[in-house]
Amino acid sequence: MRVTKSLLLSVFICVTSVAQAQRVTPEETLIRNATVLTITHGTLQNTDVLLRNGKIAGIGKNLNASANARIIDGTGKYVMPGIIDCHSHSMLDTINEGTLSVTSMVRTADVLNTTDVDLYRELAGGVTTLNLLHGSANPIGGLNTVVKIKYGRPASEFIFPGAMPGIKFALGENVKRSSTPNTPGVQRRYPNTRMGVEETIRDAFIRARDYKRAWDEYRANAGKDKNLVPPRRDLQLEPLVEVLEGKRYVHAHCYVVSEILMLINLADEFGFKVKTFQHALEGYKVAKEIAAHGAGASIFADSWAYKIEAYDAIPYNAAIMTRAGVVVSMNSDSDERARRLNIEAAKAMHWGDLTEEQALRLITINPAIQLGIQDRVGSIEVGKDADIAIWNGHPFSVYSRVDTTFIDGAVYFDRQQDLARRADLAKERAALEQADPNKPAAQGQSPQSPRRRRPSHEDDTIEGDQP
Amino acid sequence: MNLLKILATLSLLVSVCVVCGGSISAQQIGNPTAQQGVLPPRGTYAIRNARIVTVSGPDIENGTVVIRDGKIEAVGTSVNVPAGAQTIDGHGLSVYPGMIDAGTNMGLVEVPQGANGTVDLAEVGDLNPNAKAIIAVNPYSAHVAVTRVEGVTNTVTAPAGGLISGQAALINLLGTSSKEMAVVPYAALVINYPRVAGGGGGFGGFQQQPANLSETLEANARELDRIRKLLRDAEAYGRAQDAYAKDRSLPRPDQNVVLEPLVPYVRGERPVIFRADREAEIRGAIRFAEEMKLKPIILGGDDAWKVASLLKEKDVPVILTGVFSLPLREDDFYDTLYENPAKLQQAGVRFCISTGDAGAEVRNLPLYAGMAAAYGLSKTDALKSVTLYPAQIMNVADRLGSIDVGKMANLVVTDGDLLEIRTHIRYLFIDGRPVVLSSRHTELNDAFKNRR
Repeated sequence: MRVTKSLLLSVFICVTSVAQAQRVTPEETLIRNATVLTITHGTLQNTDVLLRNGKIAGIGKNLNASANARIIDGTGKYVMPGIIDCHSHSMLDTINEGTLSVTSMVRTADVLNTTDVDLYRELAGGVTTLNLLHGSANPIGGLNTVVKIKYGRPASEFIFPGAMPGIKFALGENVKRSSTPNTPGVQRRYPNTRMGVEETIRDAFIRARDYKRAWDEYRANAGKDKNLVPPRRDLQLEPLVEVLEGKRYVHAHCYVVSEILMLINLADEFGFKVKTFQHALEGYKVAKEIAAHGAGASIFADSWAYKIEAYDAIPYNAAIMTRAGVVVSMNSDSDERARRLNIEAAKAMHWGDLTEEQALRLITINPAIQLGIQDRVGSIEVGKDADIAIWNGHPFSVYSRVDTTFIDGAVYFDRQQDLARRADLAKERAALEQADPNKPAAQGQSPQSPRRRRPSHEDDTIEGDQP
Repeated sequence: MNLLKILATLSLLVSVCVVCGGSISAQQIGNPTAQQGVLPPRGTYAIRNARIVTVSGPDIENGTVVIRDGKIEAVGTSVNVPAGAQTIDGHGLSVYPGMIDAGTNMGLVEVPQGANGTVDLAEVGDLNPNAKAIIAVNPYSAHVAVTRVEGVTNTVTAPAGGLISGQAALINLLGTSSKEMAVVPYAALVINYPRVAGGGGGFGGFQQQPANLSETLEANARELDRIRKLLRDAEAYGRAQDAYAKDRSLPRPDQNVVLEPLVPYVRGERPVIFRADREAEIRGAIRFAEEMKLKPIILGGDDAWKVASLLKEKDVPVILTGVFSLPLREDDFYDTLYENPAKLQQAGVRFCISTGDAGAEVRNLPLYAGMAAAYGLSKTDALKSVTLYPAQIMNVADRLGSIDVGKMANLVVTDGDLLEIRTHIRYLFIDGRPVVLSSRHTELNDAFKNRR
């Protein structure tokens, strides 16, 4: 009973802080006299940005706003598009359906946890959009979900409208379960090698092609023959048919050259495109092949050597692939790293000497292209969604931080509001600690501290092995 | 040429793998000292007309630094360049002391997952004061060169695991043997203070959450007792050895490989690093160190901001490893760990900033300090937190951490602010030796960047 009460209280804390996180949206916000990193149209000095009805309504000098608009003095500040993280597992209550080698029937959209506090911490790093991917436990994993981080809103409002549907593929050590110990008496799951990974994906697409053929024949003849029986729906193969039809993007976790080339060849053979190679730590070795296929790459800035397949990773990866014509994005795959993707993108200037614009694209328009949302977000242009962040200095300076983050024109993070709330939260916390259910028992066991609802996801090294 | 060299080394790597049955040992790719077989020479060098960021004093515009025989011989604006010195035109460049990361496992781990043969991190058992990092540090680890070319010239390299993990070494990231790398071979004893709870992030933290706080505290007390007993035994051992040294007529006490290395630590002659993050762990470590008369340093220190007044009162320094970690608790403020250094600075606590990483991430040390500066720490203190402060905490400020006459010439020449991401390192000296700015990563880049 005690436990239940304290759990309830902790839920209460969470609910109240979430409630405070959502704020009244002014109809309009006018940011005056800022440096604007448009991404697609250069850097504009002493420029105003007008946000109205959730969209960017104006960019220019001396813009006018309505009488009730919120006015922000942007002098000395930088405005950039909200950062897009093309590889995240934030707010997923579970990441891997790892029991089968092909789990295209499962959907990350079914396990969204809107109370994940790391979402707020990511907003505080200027991030507004996440590509929530299934884990890398199987050659063909589950379906992804693209979300806007509307922390404090219902799950349905997180879903990015119009984003291209996608699916996670995975190759290499995680799929081979290289770090999973053998359980005595239990047969290892197929595949165990990169050869078996190829065979697994090939088999799935052969089945998907047959399935598509069966449906195509049925649809062609259903009007003529009323007695035709439709094929049985196959939830595993339906998403793969969408891949074959170009209606669903493939985001393929991979590391080494052999598996990257394998998937390119297999995709060419079956007539689909890999939209992004995720991680692609050895992508720099086959940059021209990736570019020729038309795939993008979504990578880490400089992570390396955390496992054998990451030992040849180099921080020049982004620069080499960008110069070869690959659309590259810099992702986090980590609730921690997601908070500082600006730093990760800037590393491509340090290693490999990308231009500032090329480096900025890595976390804005490029991931937008990779998710099919480039007409909505990823740059500051009139008519695009008002998903932006105001920084107190250049986002590529290590000394800079985010002042305010907007999504659809509404404030989802504001440092001054965050600071102003702290005294009240401390009071609330003290009161809760004094509440009867949270007092230590007079004797016997002390109350159980509430468990975290969802653990933070740290990085790929464990992604493949955890439930 | 580079490609051929790398391909040759890679094929060597493959053949080594075959021979060893799949385990990959550390290779010398990218370590120029290994390729040359000898260390680059000490000599006489002068960096002229540069901005010299001494760290210990004011910056010197248009200054000169003279390096001779491994040491900084002269610093200033009116310094005579010795005849025969090799000179570097420092116009537009800045000279900084090399950075020091005081909380790593550099050289003990090459690939942590899937290559156990490359991991020399944690011994079997809980009480291993005899495990000495300097024995196992691999000078040919690719991590060494990858890290130093980003301006980190020194690390404290610590073993991990158990209750007493072993002894950490303070090393230069240059050398063909661990002996050549060693600055302080036995720099500190490393004790994992028993944990009161799992970490903030990760699946581990989720699964390891104790079922019951009382039971955890009892278990911790038992573990602490095991450490206490060993340290008391070491005191007694030291007294017996001393007595025998003075009076050979006494029965000769047995030598003990576990107790012997503890003697200088229980006598407070060398520091003891306590791994402690939570408030209760930090308070416990301070209390325990006082009881045992140890010279404590806190490693980790995520909750140090909560214990600042006690840390100040007891003059216990902290090696902060969590600047980039997610806050421990869900209801911590988003910037709790970004702000931790600034809060300790304001409270007058001695601290330094570390990556706390095994190796691969150590090159990002300047970014950890920069983030602290974005959240309240002054830029000057941010720079000190990765140069002079770690040198002071590890008791080597007479040799490292700033640009002063007589110190070891560990110097970094940059084209901008050392902590900024976009800055490039242009020249590097370690122990007065000019170091080629190449690594496994630059060589793979050279090999593939022009592939068409």
